[in-house]
Amino acid sequence: MSAKIGASAAEMAQALAAGETTSVDLTQAHLERIDAVDGGLNAFLHVAAESALADAAASDERRRAGQVSSALDGVPVAVKDVLTTQGMPTTCGSKILQGWVPPYDATVVARLKAGGLPILGKTNMDEFAMGSSTEHSAYGPTRNPWDLDRIPGGSGGGSAAAVAAFEAPLALGTDTGGSIRQPGAVTGTVGVKPTYGGISRYGLVAMANSLDQVGPVTRTVLDSALLHELIGGHDQLDSTSISESMPGLVTAAQKGALGDLTGLRIGVITELQGEGYQQGVLARFNEAVDLLVAAGAKRVEVSCPSFTHALAAYYLIMPSEASSNLARFDAMRYGLRLAPEGVADPSAEQVMRTTRDAGFGDEVKRRIILGTYALSTGYYDAFYGQAQRIRTLITRDFNAAFEQADVLVSPTSPTTAFKIGEKLDDPLSMYLQDVATIPANLAGVPGMSLPSGVADEDGLPTGLQILAPAMADDRLYFVGAALEAMLEAQWGGSLLANAPSAPTGMGGQS
Amino acid sequence: MPEITREEVAHMADLARIDLSDAELDHLAPQLSVILESVASISEIATDDIPPTSHPIEMTNVFRDDVVQPGLSAEQALSGAPQAEQQRFVVPRILGDEQ
Repeated sequence: MSAKIGASAAEMAQALAAGETTSVDLTQAHLERIDAVDGGLNAFLHVAAESALADAAASDERRRAGQVSSALDGVPVAVKDVLTTQGMPTTCGSKILQGWVPPYDATVVARLKAGGLPILGKTNMDEFAMGSSTEHSAYGPTRNPWDLDRIPGGSGGGSAAAVAAFEAPLALGTDTGGSIRQPGAVTGTVGVKPTYGGISRYGLVAMANSLDQVGPVTRTVLDSALLHELIGGHDQLDSTSISESMPGLVTAAQKGALGDLTGLRIGVITELQGEGYQQGVLARFNEAVDLLVAAGAKRVEVSCPSFTHALAAYYLIMPSEASSNLARFDAMRYGLRLAPEGVADPSAEQVMRTTRDAGFGDEVKRRIILGTYALSTGYYDAFYGQAQRIRTLITRDFNAAFEQADVLVSPTSPTTAFKIGEKLDDPLSMYLQDVATIPANLAGVPGMSLPSGVADEDGLPTGLQILAPAMADDRLYFVGAALEAMLEAQWGGSLLANAPSAPTGMGGQS
Repeated sequence: MPEITREEVAHMADLARIDLSDAELDHLAPQLSVILESVASISEIATDDIPPTSHPIEMTNVFRDDVVQPGLSAEQALSGAPQAEQQRFVVPRILGDEQ
């Protein structure tokens, strides 16, 4: 079993094509793995064993008939619980949506199903994707497979932990300020936030519409490219969806893996290093940049002065959009409805107030109140208006930087995984986790995090972020695959194969 | 930049239709002040001549062909309702006695 689930999604697809395994076997093996390890991890909020096995059997049937639906047909996948799934609960990690079964599929989920990927279940997350640790889930925190006392990042800690712990080869995440990339960094996995509009948001329960993007969560760069190509592309159900087609991502990853970066200009962002960054994170980052240079790339230093204000702008724009979006949870049409105690014949408004107080957790309340404040009369121009101007400055910084460099790089997260509980009541310190990932969301450009090693001081994974111009997602895969190949050559295999979370028979401990 | 007071937090919660308890107000108000203080710096950064960005990839007038698309059935639309009757959502009263 372990060899089977230890493979990459691309290898699983090859094994299926070669008739060496079946989708039912693969899916069963992952369900057994979930059974064995998820008690300690809490990466899944819902496991859909029955439907996953039925989908797997249908995939095997298609293969026998010679009618394979996609390159990943039969390879199982996990889905972040913020994406709607018909017939499967979608809670967004919130009590206010406990037990809600949506009557429709998100476009990305529909594309997984059309591609023949059995859906293993729904993964844990910070409530409504608000957080950087998955501790803000109403259903308990997810734990980091590298150290169960530590956070797996957030908000998509469930998807990252599931993939890192070999519970699933592929997962979907969403990234509003780093919720795919930061969990990727602290769990030793690969995560991509595509160009804004590159992947449909239809059926993604919105936190901040102008920032949210769906993206792949995987163990290898090539696997992310395969999943990205499958779920990406225009969708008329999302008015912000880009109609132009993306350049070939799988091709870019395959080309990158050859390791020749001659002529490529790599921009190192001055503002995203130094103070506040853990020593081991910086050490692995600098070594990785040296590897890229050794492969023929040219290193240039780029300055993006407005990035220092990105966090502040983000924490005004995001709560403003969130406060408006979360108004839809009004206890009327779906979700929780609670009446106030001791009130005979309560009004709709009283029911709404009681339900929203009981149904939302602390972080959601913080952001709704902050957003309501930032949008209120007298403060709108000083807060929201100013934040939107900073957004323009950040985009200009990116434009200038991409004139000097083809891709930009930085550490993904300033630190490795911190201890569960450490920052729970210190929101500001939690927000700083996203300092390097937020600029990409504000400007809409694509970003990838991939493992750069482990920090010497704590033995925990570190991540490197690659950023590219809008619509040039292929560059992430080209550079990412090159770096991954060089690092794995040094490590003698993938980082996760030697992680404590690796299944037996892969070199891990358990 | 103004500091957010406990009273203002209570007012915002009221506008956002969340019944915060006294204990929650005590807990959240100081945290919100710290957050606001940290973001207040931006009021001095960008000047009025810089246009605001509301959306990272600008698009205008997104239309599709005017053809009927499949939608949810009434039953599906009501499937998550706390209470439903005769193909309609049942909600608590929306008017007070005096109205």
